[in-house]
Amino acid sequence: MSNSGYVPNLVNKPLWLLAELTYACPLQCPYCSNPIEFAKIKNELSTEDWKRVLREARKMGAAQLGLSGGEPLVRQDLEEIIAEARQLGFYTNLITSGVGMDEKRIKAFRDAGLDHIQVSFQASSEELNNYIAGTDAFRHKIEMAKLVKKYEYPMVLCFVLHRQNIDQIGDVLELAIKLDADYVELATTQYYGWAYHNREQLLPTREQLARAEPIAHQYQEKMKGKMRIFYVVPDYYEVRPKACMNGWGAVFLTIAPDGTALPCHAARQLPGLEFPNVRNHSIEWIWSQSPDFNKFRGFEWMKEPCRSCPEKTRDFGGCRCQAYMLTGDAANADPVCDKSYHHHLITEVIDRVGRIAAKKEDAPKPIVFRNPRTSKALADARPAVKPAVPA
Amino acid sequence: MEIKATTRVYSAATVPQIAPTKRFQWEEAQNCWVILYPEGMIKLNSSSAEIMKRIDGRRSVAEIIADLKQAYPGAELDNDVYAFMEVAHEQQWIRPKPGQ
Repeated sequence: MSNSGYVPNLVNKPLWLLAELTYACPLQCPYCSNPIEFAKIKNELSTEDWKRVLREARKMGAAQLGLSGGEPLVRQDLEEIIAEARQLGFYTNLITSGVGMDEKRIKAFRDAGLDHIQVSFQASSEELNNYIAGTDAFRHKIEMAKLVKKYEYPMVLCFVLHRQNIDQIGDVLELAIKLDADYVELATTQYYGWAYHNREQLLPTREQLARAEPIAHQYQEKMKGKMRIFYVVPDYYEVRPKACMNGWGAVFLTIAPDGTALPCHAARQLPGLEFPNVRNHSIEWIWSQSPDFNKFRGFEWMKEPCRSCPEKTRDFGGCRCQAYMLTGDAANADPVCDKSYHHHLITEVIDRVGRIAAKKEDAPKPIVFRNPRTSKALADARPAVKPAVPA
Repeated sequence: MEIKATTRVYSAATVPQIAPTKRFQWEEAQNCWVILYPEGMIKLNSSSAEIMKRIDGRRSVAEIIADLKQAYPGAELDNDVYAFMEVAHEQQWIRPKPGQ
């Protein structure tokens, strides 16, 4: 922000580059943030494409690089991509399930200059972890977490919390302590992609949150100076929206496996976007000039109640994808906000989830695990995300 | 900033090093020195950067101070450097080199 106040057309440079190297993944987590139709998206970028993306983004000032997926370890050129990123001066974060990793590869990553490995766990117990991941991965993850420590990477453990595992939050934190994690992200499930599809089965109840929150805070206090614990309440339970991505096209740039450039990894579902591709355009053009990245910059696109709201400079109206998924119009206020005319759509889900959890009502559909088969079936059956309210 | 003697980790002889989990580098786009860590970045002001530049796992705090005094003659900076060491330690940007 400049000292002279807000400048509407001021375009910041990207600081964060999220490189989704592949949608392939050996896990089947039902809260995956990848698009429902991932199995239909082919044409992964080549090693040379990725190197060019890295060079161009770095030149614009991007400093943090997230190597993600899918499971980035599936890419056999990962070491080469890391080496290029390190040489360019990126701080490189590998965001992985640990499946596909071994000591040889961890060492090769270290030699290539990888800065940080974030290992995700699905739960603190083998049984629940393997159920949610849809694969027998727990013991291997424990081994990988130990190796991450051995090779002196900062260890970030990520646990994605939802209704099926949030009651084990104390055990999750004990596991993190046992593994000597430097940071623990008690990441709340974000209801996009697969998680949105499985929302009724995944959203924690109000009672669960009331139990979990004091435990998280108690551990934060206990581990002060030793382990940093990040705990966030699901935004469905907030009355103000998150400043999603710090604003559209403000600091965050996602490149999908097929080269599509997105202001966030969930934006692929929004109607009316043109999806510029790094195969056809430079990062500079995509970031500064493309219609997509300018679409929700500034405040001109806003509707009421955001437009006249004094808090718009703080949260930018929340999340465009959530506004679209729930209200059918991406320019509406994020319905998480209790000033939104659609806030009832959030409270209704919370109430329904409470009834489902108490077995007073059946879940409308079974939980769907993410894999190529279910992806194709869901994509063929209906649009990726069906807005709750017609546009 | 006031640092209580009892909480002091760094003495004149301590050799500090940048924590293996952090990266200190010049960022052209930010026009400043920064510390990078998992998914985050701290921009440093120029005096902090001048101290950080000299933390190389070889020089002691006393040597760092001497070097700074040579670069900035007449500056009274002992207390500032000691205070910085403690803060940087607390933030886990630096640590005393193991095996001292």
